[in-house]
Amino acid sequence: MNLAHQSLWLSAILFGIGMVGFLVRRNVLVILMSVELMLNACNLAFIAVARQYLDMTGHIYAFMVMTVAAAEAAVGLAVIVLLFRTQRKINVDTITLMKG
Amino acid sequence: MEHAVLFPYIRWIPALPLIGFLINGLGGGLNHSAATHKRIHYVACLAPFGSFLVSLLALKWLLDLPPELRLLKDTVSPWIFSGDFSAKLSFAIDPLSCVMTLVVTGVGFLIHVYSIGYMHGDRGYGRYFAYLNLFTAMMLVLVTGDNVLLLFLGWEGVGLCSYLLIGFWYEDPEKAYAGLKAFVVNRIGDFGFLLGLLLLFWSLGQKGVWTIEFAEIRGHVHLLGPGVITAVCLLLFMGAMGKSAQFPLYVWLPDAMAGPTPVSALIHAATMVTAGVYMVARMNFLFAESAFAMHWVAWFGAFTALFAATIGVCQNDIKKVLAYSTVSQLGYMFVGVGVGAYAAGIFHLMTHAFFKALLFLGAGSVMHAMGGETDIQKMGALRTKMPRTFWTFMIATLAICGIPPFSGFFSKDEILWKALSSPVGSTGLWLTLWVGAGVTSFYMFRLVFLTFFGEPRDEHLASHAHESPPVMTVPLILLAIGAALAGFLGVPESWGLGHNLFERFLEPVVGGHAAAAGEAAHSHALEFVMMALSVGIAGFGLLLALVLYVAKKDLPIRIARAFPAVYRLVLNKYYVDEIYDAVFVRPIRRASERVLWKVVDVICIDDGLVNGTARVTAWASALLRRIQTGDLQGYAFAMTAGILAILGYLLLR
Repeated sequence: MNLAHQSLWLSAILFGIGMVGFLVRRNVLVILMSVELMLNACNLAFIAVARQYLDMTGHIYAFMVMTVAAAEAAVGLAVIVLLFRTQRKINVDTITLMKG
Repeated sequence: MEHAVLFPYIRWIPALPLIGFLINGLGGGLNHSAATHKRIHYVACLAPFGSFLVSLLALKWLLDLPPELRLLKDTVSPWIFSGDFSAKLSFAIDPLSCVMTLVVTGVGFLIHVYSIGYMHGDRGYGRYFAYLNLFTAMMLVLVTGDNVLLLFLGWEGVGLCSYLLIGFWYEDPEKAYAGLKAFVVNRIGDFGFLLGLLLLFWSLGQKGVWTIEFAEIRGHVHLLGPGVITAVCLLLFMGAMGKSAQFPLYVWLPDAMAGPTPVSALIHAATMVTAGVYMVARMNFLFAESAFAMHWVAWFGAFTALFAATIGVCQNDIKKVLAYSTVSQLGYMFVGVGVGAYAAGIFHLMTHAFFKALLFLGAGSVMHAMGGETDIQKMGALRTKMPRTFWTFMIATLAICGIPPFSGFFSKDEILWKALSSPVGSTGLWLTLWVGAGVTSFYMFRLVFLTFFGEPRDEHLASHAHESPPVMTVPLILLAIGAALAGFLGVPESWGLGHNLFERFLEPVVGGHAAAAGEAAHSHALEFVMMALSVGIAGFGLLLALVLYVAKKDLPIRIARAFPAVYRLVLNKYYVDEIYDAVFVRPIRRASERVLWKVVDVICIDDGLVNGTARVTAWASALLRRIQTGDLQGYAFAMTAGILAILGYLLLR
């Protein structure tokens, strides 16, 4: 198994951990961290393939993803702060405002 | 008959009253003071007068043409195209429709003028004249329409206007009910009529001829089998039974007297009820092919003529007597067209229009003087107080009784003669009509004697009695001239004074047919004997009425007391209305209330379909609402599962 294979396997495992974390954890901040983990796993996959085929496209995509992840983290944290101000709790299990 | 002459003004005959209807109907307003009357009645009366003038012009054009070519056409526009079916908006004037339009517009105009006086001060003045104009327009569409669809349009239209005008004073529930009764009974006839029209159209279509125009149907009538023709004729006659108040669908006409009296004169004497007779005459080529249908029509007419006349004998309401008289006289007309004497039937239609309208308007004049009273038992000695009404009423009575030289004599007598002499006729028919003539004479003179002669039976009403204003009496006089002189248009040929002008005029349309064939076989002597017999029995009726109501006034009461059951039977119109009520009206009402309303409407439709739809929606939404948990991670899980499923499918297939 070459480097690219190994990297892709690692990327997949990281993505899986991130996804499960997103679905299972109760703390809003931990959920946000899981999202970051998923994004990074994707970055790793992009870079691995780009190095294997010596193509710059993968690297450029990685940059885009990083930029978007940063912006999204900023906004997400702002939303969490506002959420805490109104609900006074960070346990998503107990926040039922969207219940229809 | 492609030789028709173009006469582009025919459309104005029905159009002018229609325009009058629109002006008064849309702009006339609902509540009226006498000040706004002028605007309304000028528009409303000029419209039929305009139509009358155009009709006269059409007559002149017709007379300028040789008899075989007397057809004026006016195709306004193509109208309906649908597969094999097409209809044009097209009007035609031939001798038959010319007679009809002149009668409708002429008599109609006089009645419009009379209404100016009669309806003065009524809150619904504008509405009244609007409806009257609409009626006139519809009737004219009926008679000038060149195809079956326009005939039917006019047919339905006059039925509608009849409803609107009978129930004109709708605030009185009884009057509103009378209007409803007229419309419903008419509808029953119309059902048969429509079936007949459809059968005719379809049957011809099966043979490859898809048409609704009279000329084309006439040309292809030989394509149809005798059974089909008879069925069509009987169904069409069912429509005529309803529209022209023949037995058993006559019951609406006496109740229709709830409407204003000029309405009774126009619609239920001169025009609408004659639509059935016109229709049979128009379709003469169809009826002539079926002896069975002709017998049927003639006998129904004869029976109705005698039956209704006997009811008229005991009625005490002046309008009801005239209503039954109308039913009876219509029976005479149907006997005329039933035995193939189409010209005779139409001739009687024309003379009847004059004298019956006159009788009704005269009755209205009497009612006007007596403060709306219609019970003749409360009248008396009005001939001195209302001389013009009296003399015109007298002329009309003499006409309807068939006393020469008034018009009714010529027309009624011709029908009686043809009933006997035509190949489709019989002695039985003649006998029924002859007895009927005697009864007619009796009840008419009874009416005259009780109303105008003797001593006033109600002092209070009598003291107010006065002659009607000229706007009402002038139409009476003009109609009286018609009732007196119109007969001379149809002097029988056997009198040796030349041709029967009326019959000649109508010949291209209604043909020689069966009646003429009978003519040659009988002698003139027999004809004169019959004539003498008819006058004789009319005279007998008059004498009987004279004895019972002038000479020995106590006799009628004694006769009524001597035969109480018979008297009650006749007074209550043979309980026909009560029988209909028990057999048809009440069971249908009960079924409607118990089943159609309570089960079908309330349970099935209201609760099942309408509320049910709401309930199903609510249930489904309650079910679906459970998806919206508000749990973000749950949503994310569902999305993940979906993506995995799709990816898995795409990768593994």
